[in-house]
Amino acid sequence: MEIVKNLTVRNGLGIHARAAAKIVELAKKHSSILFLAKDGKEADGSNILSILTLACPKGTEIKARAVGEDCNELILKLSELFDSKFGEAA
Amino acid sequence: MIKTQSPEKKLLTGIPASPGIIIGKAHLVDRSRVKILYQYLINEDQIIREAERFNRALSTTESQLLQIKNRMPERMKDHSFILDSHIMIIHDSMLKDATIEKIRKDKINSEWALKKSFEEIKLLFDEVDDYYIKGRLTDVENVTERILRNLSGNNDTSLTEINGRVIIVAHDLSPADTTELNISRVMGFITDAGGRTSHTAIMAQALEIPAVVGLEHATKNIREGDLLIVDGSSGQVISSPEEDDIIAYQEKQLRHEQYKSFIARTSHLPAVTLDGQRVYVMANIEFLEEVAAAKDHGADGIGLYRTEFLYLRSKGIPSEKELFEDYREVAEIIAPMPVTIRTFDLGGDKFAADLKAAREMNPALGLRAIRFCLKEIKIFKGQLRAILRASAFGNVKLMFPMISGVQEVLDAKTIMREVMADLEKEGIPFNPKIKVGIMIEVPSAVAMAEELAEQVDFFSVGTNDLIQYALAIDRANEHVANMYQPYHPAILRMIRQVVSAAKEAGIEVSLCGEMAGDPLCTAVLLALGITQFSMNARVIPLIKKIARTISCEDARDDLEKVMKLKTATEVRTHLLRTMSELLPELGEEGILDLSGEAP
Repeated sequence: MEIVKNLTVRNGLGIHARAAAKIVELAKKHSSILFLAKDGKEADGSNILSILTLACPKGTEIKARAVGEDCNELILKLSELFDSKFGEAA
Repeated sequence: MIKTQSPEKKLLTGIPASPGIIIGKAHLVDRSRVKILYQYLINEDQIIREAERFNRALSTTESQLLQIKNRMPERMKDHSFILDSHIMIIHDSMLKDATIEKIRKDKINSEWALKKSFEEIKLLFDEVDDYYIKGRLTDVENVTERILRNLSGNNDTSLTEINGRVIIVAHDLSPADTTELNISRVMGFITDAGGRTSHTAIMAQALEIPAVVGLEHATKNIREGDLLIVDGSSGQVISSPEEDDIIAYQEKQLRHEQYKSFIARTSHLPAVTLDGQRVYVMANIEFLEEVAAAKDHGADGIGLYRTEFLYLRSKGIPSEKELFEDYREVAEIIAPMPVTIRTFDLGGDKFAADLKAAREMNPALGLRAIRFCLKEIKIFKGQLRAILRASAFGNVKLMFPMISGVQEVLDAKTIMREVMADLEKEGIPFNPKIKVGIMIEVPSAVAMAEELAEQVDFFSVGTNDLIQYALAIDRANEHVANMYQPYHPAILRMIRQVVSAAKEAGIEVSLCGEMAGDPLCTAVLLALGITQFSMNARVIPLIKKIARTISCEDARDDLEKVMKLKTATEVRTHLLRTMSELLPELGEEGILDLSGEAP
C-alpha cells in the first residue's frame, strides 16, 4: 500500500525544530514508512535531521509519501498537522 | 597603587543576552570539547563490544536528557521541546545507524565514528540557506558532545552540584546544560560562545536571569571564585572589580529595578504632553513575529512595516497568498490600531538572486524601491494585491517609499487602481478607502511637499535616508560616516517644510527613522508639529515617558532658539542641555550620555 499527497507548509516559521519533531513523533506511531520530498529531494519522515535539512520555509510545497498498511491514516494525520500549522500560535 | 596580592581587574565585553545586573562569585564549568582518541579495532569481538559501548552511551545520554526534562522548572516548560528534539537526534539514523555502520565497516572506535557522522551531518546543514535551520546544527553538536562525554565516562562536571550562589562561567552551555542548572543557586551566566538568539539566551530570558554571551575569552580570563560584575543589559563583564565599580554597579542595579518597574507601569498608557497633546508612539517592524513585542512595549500601532524580509528569505518572489497571509496576520493582531505597510524598498543589490538584478555601482542612487516597482510591475502588483486584500481584515495603510516627485505617485496610484479594479471584478474584499501615503526621504520630495500633499493621505518622514541624501553622506562609508549628522540644521528645516505642507493640505504626517526614537529629538519634533512617531519597539516606553514631561508650548518657544543655531554641534549641545534640565535622571540611569561629548 502506498499513498501520495501534496502538502503546503502554512505556519509562519516553516518546518523548524518543533514542527519537525512533531512529524517524527507521528511517523513513529505508525508502521508505515513516511517520506517527504521537496524539489526531488526526499527525506526520511522518521528522521528529524533529514526533515530539517530539507529546509522548508512557509509556502513550501511538499510531496508526502507513505508506504505500508496504515499509510492512509498516517497521511490523514499528517495533513491535519500541516493544516493546524503545527499548533503554532498566531 | 595596585595591590599586588589581589587579582587584576579585567574588563570584558560580550553580547548582552538577558538584561539585569549581578555581582557575585564565578563558578567555572568545563564544558569544553572532550578530547577524542582515534583507534582502529582489530577483531570482530572488539567491534561487537565497541558497538555495545556506543549503544550504552546513547542510552545514558537519553536518560540524562529525560531526567533534565522532568526536573525542568514550571516556567521553562515551554522550552522542553528543545530537549525532545535532542532526544530525537540521539535516535536519528544519520547519527546512530551511521555511526554503528562506521564502527563495523571502517573498524574504528565509537568516538571517531561519531565524529565522522557529525561531519557528514554538518555537510548537509552547510548546504541549507535558511539561517534558522543552519543554527540547529548547534543542537546536533550539543548532543554529540554529550554522547562523547558519556563515552569517555567523564561526567563529573555536573551543573546540579553547585555550592552557594554563583555566576556560571562556561565556554558554551547547551539548552540541556542551562536546564540542568540549579536555578536557585545561579545568579546568571556568561559564556565564550553564543549569540543573542541562541537557545541559551532565550532560556536565560525565560528564567529572567542576567546573561552575557559571546565573550570569546571569558573562560581564559576568569578563575574560579573571582568576583564578577555582570551587566546583561550592556554586555559588560568586570572581573575582580575595584570597590568603586561595585558601589557604582550596585546603584545602577537598584536604578535598573526601579526604572523597569516604572516603565512597566506606564508604557501601556497613552502618551499625552503636559499641555494635553496626544502623542502616538508606534513601532517599526520587519517581520510578523515582532508584532507581539511591539504590543508588549505599548506601541500605538505599527507605524512602519518594512516588507523586505519575506522577499529576502524566500529565494524567489513570494506568492501573493504568502504575502497576504502575513499582512493579514499583522493587521489582525494589531487591530484596531493601524499598521502602515510600506511596499518593498529593495534595490538591485539586495534583491533575490533569480531576479537577475544587475549589480550597481551606487545602489542608494540606483534602481530601487518605487523605481524598481514601477519597472517590475508584475512584482509590484502582486504585493499591492496582498496589501489590499489584507486591508479587509484590519486598519491597514499603504505607503510608497523613495518618492522623488509627483509623477511617481501618479504612476503608483494608477497601478493601485488597476489592482483595485481587478479585485472588485474577482469579488475579493478589500478596503476601497485605504489610506495611501508616501515616505518623504528624498530631498526633491521635500521641495515638492505641497504638490505631493495634494495626492496622498499622509506623509511619513524617513529621516535615515533623508539625512543621507540631503547631506550626501554614505553612512556605510567609514571615511565620511562621522559626517552623518541627524542634528544638522538643514534636516530640521526640511522637516519643518514637510510638516507645514502637510498641515496646509490637512493630511497626517509622521516620522520614522532613528530620529523618532532619539530622546534628544522628541521635544524639537513635537515643536515642529510631529505627533506621530514610529521607532524600534524597545525605545517606545522611554519616548512615551519623555513626551509626558514635555509642554508643546514651551518646546515651541525653545524651537525659535534652535532654528537660529547654525551647526549640528550647536544643535546637539542645545538639545542636550534642555533634556538634562527636563529629565536629569535619564543621564543618571545611563540611558543618555548627557556629558555633552560628541557621539
